[in-house]
Amino acid sequence: MSGRPKAVVAMSGGVDSSVAAALLVEQGFDVTGVMLKLWRGEAANTNSGCCNLGAAEDARRVADALDIPFYVFNFAERFEATVIRDFNDTYASGRTPNPCVRCNQWIKFDALLERADALGAEVLATGHYARVDRRGGRPALLRGADRSKDQSYVLWMLDRRRLERVRFPVGDMTKSETRAIASRVGLGTARKPDSQEICFVRAGDLDGYVALHMPEASEPGPLVDGSGRRVGTHRGVGRYTVGQRKGLGLSLGVPVYVTGIDAAANSVTVGAREQLEVRELVARDTSFVGAPPAAGDRVLVQYRAHGDTTPARVRAIDPASVHVVFDEPAYAIAPGQSAVFYSAARPDEVLGGGFVARTAAPAAVA
Amino acid sequence: MHYLDHAATTPLRPEAADAMLEASEHFGNPSSVHAFGRRARRALEDARDRVAAAVGASPSEVVFTAGGTEADNLALKGAADKRRGNGDHVVATSIEHHAVLHAVAWLGSRGMRTTLVDVDTTGVVDPGSVAEAVGRSTILVSTMAVNNEIGTVQPVAEVSEAVRAANPRALVHTDAVQALGNLPVDVHAWGVDLAAFAAHKIGGPKGVGALFVRAHTPLEPLLHGGGQERGLRSGTPNVAGIVGFGVACELAAKEVHEKAERVRALRDRLLAGVLAAVPDAVVNGDLEARAPNNLNVSIPGAEGETLLLLLDRAGIACSSGSACASGALDPSHVLLAIGVPRPLALGSLRFSLGATSTEEDVDAVVAALPDVVARARRAA
Repeated sequence: MSGRPKAVVAMSGGVDSSVAAALLVEQGFDVTGVMLKLWRGEAANTNSGCCNLGAAEDARRVADALDIPFYVFNFAERFEATVIRDFNDTYASGRTPNPCVRCNQWIKFDALLERADALGAEVLATGHYARVDRRGGRPALLRGADRSKDQSYVLWMLDRRRLERVRFPVGDMTKSETRAIASRVGLGTARKPDSQEICFVRAGDLDGYVALHMPEASEPGPLVDGSGRRVGTHRGVGRYTVGQRKGLGLSLGVPVYVTGIDAAANSVTVGAREQLEVRELVARDTSFVGAPPAAGDRVLVQYRAHGDTTPARVRAIDPASVHVVFDEPAYAIAPGQSAVFYSAARPDEVLGGGFVARTAAPAAVA
Repeated sequence: MHYLDHAATTPLRPEAADAMLEASEHFGNPSSVHAFGRRARRALEDARDRVAAAVGASPSEVVFTAGGTEADNLALKGAADKRRGNGDHVVATSIEHHAVLHAVAWLGSRGMRTTLVDVDTTGVVDPGSVAEAVGRSTILVSTMAVNNEIGTVQPVAEVSEAVRAANPRALVHTDAVQALGNLPVDVHAWGVDLAAFAAHKIGGPKGVGALFVRAHTPLEPLLHGGGQERGLRSGTPNVAGIVGFGVACELAAKEVHEKAERVRALRDRLLAGVLAAVPDAVVNGDLEARAPNNLNVSIPGAEGETLLLLLDRAGIACSSGSACASGALDPSHVLLAIGVPRPLALGSLRFSLGATSTEEDVDAVVAALPDVVARARRAA
């Protein structure tokens, strides 16, 4: 056995995680590549970067080229019991799930970290575009250097204990730099497209998935306006997200959006864009990298994977939830989504995050 | 490095390698009438004689295939298709190799009725249960000779007899891939019509196998073409590979008793060492009715996947569960079929010994296990 530090790299067969593995090998780590099989049988969605058969073959070839061992871990049962179950429950309750965040929380940076322990590996690396600043002894989680590729939004659950062990080798690079390294070290996967789809939803057909797995969320019901007047019929609460404009089947002469979903009453509320305006937000199941902010602190809030941040002030905080008040109106915040808090003083730094439990419109503030 | 995965594949025997190299130089097509062809044909038929002798068949009853999986598929699909007029029912045990199970499932998808006969917790099928599943419309019954995961030896001769009594027209097939080289094989004593073999499990090359087809057994080919192998397997034969298979068969048959004795002693040493290192380890399947080279144990509180890779990192090669196409491990259908609880089925390890196994291999496993198991249990 070598005395080199050991690292486990989660490999998808795509260019980012392949380059991450190559860089760790160059840095002298004793690297083991792993892929997570998250779906029973073969993969549902062959377009997703995760867990399909072709991806496993690609990743194995990369590992062979780097001369590192490669294993596929079968986390299908755990994934089904946690991430998929949460996904179904969240949709059925009229909220919007974030399976990639949950997978990071429960699988990649939990179950996989335990496997890394078993392998005696202190370090766990992924191909995420994010950075860890280790200056000053206490690690800080930062956005990826390439803002257009930044994935820090889905990593807010990493606390300091986990960050100590996590590496994001491509987080300092732009996508084109990553591709350049891939061709320099002769990795054949540089062509592979990025995945944006949910790995367990077949062919991206979310409506079909909801109909199959959440029949109660596919029950038609009333579409109502802000005053409670019925203006149409919806196709099941599981098919709508707050802020959605397309697919409502309404022609009211003005653009309307989904402004609220009440799963218990099986009703979907629509309204004008102004009615999507949000002034306050409460996030639950929160986690912070270091010390949580205090009431009165200023933060930047990102509430959508590829959105901008909105400045806000912490109104109240307790160990499980945070209540923030936006400086200016925010729009179309879907309950269930992640709200990620960035530092007002250092806008690239992730302080932590949580899941949006509820929002309040301007009227409620006054 | 210590290799204890002979049920997956075996190292090529030097005698087979030498014979293959020589055969490769005689490149003629055995179907050609000229001297080049005759030379290749002689090598091919010589190999057929050796394989037939090793399994108790006549040479004309041996059909060469591209491996055990093809032999099983030819047996099941070929018999089912040929016998379509006689019935619509196929029977197999629930612990068959996937080459049989998936072929049976495919027949099911094409309108055939299929029955999988359960086995008891020892992992040995009851011939009476098989016979009970056989009816007037049963075309074929498939019972493996030795299970590939837990090594249990199935009562093939008794199954044949019971099936004949229930329906004399039903064909009897056995997947004997794991039997060859581990126990004496005699297809006529077994009373079977069809039996599948693979070269690479006995020190021969990969991609070569054979199907025993008892004389006058009706069978439809899978591959159509030049009509080689008496029309049952078209395609120019892999002469060099078949020559290697012939040599390996001859050696395996000659050495079977001596090897069985030797690997049984090693297996018992391994078993004692494993139980000493991991006192709560559980042996899966009957220890008596078992091929001498197999040990399958479950480690409570650990996942086979983790155990396997930690052993790999410690230089020890064995296996666990059944690897799917991606290389991920699913709990073994065999262990679930013999009633092993799911968590224990997920925590199984299969050690399989072979002609090249040594005491050092066994002792290396026993030495590595305590640390490997402790780490795997922490990760579970």
